[in-house]
Amino acid sequence: MFDVKVRNAVPPAGDRREEALIRVSGLRKSYDGASMILDGVNLAVSPGERVALIGSNGCGKSTLLKCLIGLHDISGGTVRTLGETFDRAPNAGQRASLRQKTGFVFQKHCLVRRRTVLSNVVHGLLGGKGSWRGFSHATALPEWRQRARDALSEVSLADKAMSRAEALSGGQQQRVAIARALVRRPQLLIADEPAASLDPVSGRKVMDLFVRLCRQHGITLVFTSHDMDHTAEFATRVVALKRGGVLFDKPAGAVQSADLEATFDGVA
Amino acid sequence: MASPDPGERASRADRAERDLPPRFRSFSPASFTLLVVGAAILIVSIGDVAPSPKQMVDGVPGFGRLVGRMMPPNLDPDFLTRIGFRIVETFQIALVGTVFGVVLSLPIAWLSARGVSPIGGFNFLFKALVSLFRTIPDLVWALLFVASVGLGAVAGTLTIMMDTIGFCGRFFAEAMEDAEKEPQEALSAIGANKLSIAIGALWPDTLPSMINSSLFALEKAVRSSVVLGLVGAGGIGQELKVAFDLFQYRNASTIILVIFLIVLAMEYVTDKLRARIQ
Repeated sequence: MFDVKVRNAVPPAGDRREEALIRVSGLRKSYDGASMILDGVNLAVSPGERVALIGSNGCGKSTLLKCLIGLHDISGGTVRTLGETFDRAPNAGQRASLRQKTGFVFQKHCLVRRRTVLSNVVHGLLGGKGSWRGFSHATALPEWRQRARDALSEVSLADKAMSRAEALSGGQQQRVAIARALVRRPQLLIADEPAASLDPVSGRKVMDLFVRLCRQHGITLVFTSHDMDHTAEFATRVVALKRGGVLFDKPAGAVQSADLEATFDGVA
Repeated sequence: MASPDPGERASRADRAERDLPPRFRSFSPASFTLLVVGAAILIVSIGDVAPSPKQMVDGVPGFGRLVGRMMPPNLDPDFLTRIGFRIVETFQIALVGTVFGVVLSLPIAWLSARGVSPIGGFNFLFKALVSLFRTIPDLVWALLFVASVGLGAVAGTLTIMMDTIGFCGRFFAEAMEDAEKEPQEALSAIGANKLSIAIGALWPDTLPSMINSSLFALEKAVRSSVVLGLVGAGGIGQELKVAFDLFQYRNASTIILVIFLIVLAMEYVTDKLRARIQ
């Protein structure tokens, strides 16, 4: 059996300590108060990195993503993301600040199907000033409409602005979800298995797009994936989770088959 | 191998049957008592209020005589003009009452929908309000409004409005409870407030279902507004009551025919609209 050392996985490179965009120390998370889904996770992410979180189903990848930006309360440890430090949960001010600086792309694109593509992208600006007008492109501020249109151009869907979201293919819908995340000009992009619901070709296109846009805008990307080709090709670093902790944290190019076997083996 | 004799086969089948679950569930004493009490209530009720065969037989000639006095319907142009105005008023009561009711149902349903309501666990207050509106029959609402705002169409409009809130409030809330959760969660993660989530994600998702319910409400309102006149709340029902009170059965048959046509037309139109939405 693999001896999985979960609690004291060492944060990478000490020289990144000062400049880390995300720093997680001893993060613990339990949904039921009894079993820990995350148990002592340490992680640091520097600006501009593209970090892939891998691990078997139920190992806590999505939970970790949500804890990083305060979407889930944490049960122990501390999280410092984009200059906001919190334990348990961010306060209202921190939450608002995190949301303004972060884009989130879900596994299922989570678009409002019966709304136009442009309205869905405008939704990405909700929560800010003038937010009450952002439920539809028709009522949104002119600047918001322009930004939404620009974001759609970046994902090559400007010509679909007035189509209903449900009329688009799965890959196109995920690109709209990326535009919705980008429209707020985030410093950090969090993506939970962004290509999982897509066919291989569409999945690759979506990941290509992610990487291109993150490079272009200097956005830090943290994503989860079950596709090891994607992690090898699109991530700069790979962090493997197992039994609630970090199993390994390596540059993408240094990950060996044995590492992957250790990550996925022995987990029912 | 020799096959077992029929006696042995039967006893094997008996043993197998004993090992299987029972074919019918046995009644508990409490269930059996409830069943007996229910049956007793039904039998007593039939004895009290159901028509006897003699009453049915005696009633047929009486009904035939009434239909005979209703024929032919009164097609006098002056009478038809008066009925025409009443029909327009009936339709106005139904339309305005339904529109006001639907508009008010939207926030009430949102406040009462479980898992969606911005007031959390206090949603039961609005659920109770909607139940109250629904359980009071429209004729009782009409009596209340005639007593408070006076005779006429306004009382009818208010009645239809309350009736629509009771109907649409419930169905809108159910549609909102069943709406896709993921887009709402996505907007919540972005930082949208409850109202933005409702207008941006929840209502667009539930719109087809809500339009469907609203069309049913309109259809129901037309039928209801026809009888509201019986208690003085405006519309064609008032003419029908006068016709029966004054034994003007030919007038009554014209009114009944017109009511039939208007309800039929309304059902046709709403069916077409529903088909287009789906």
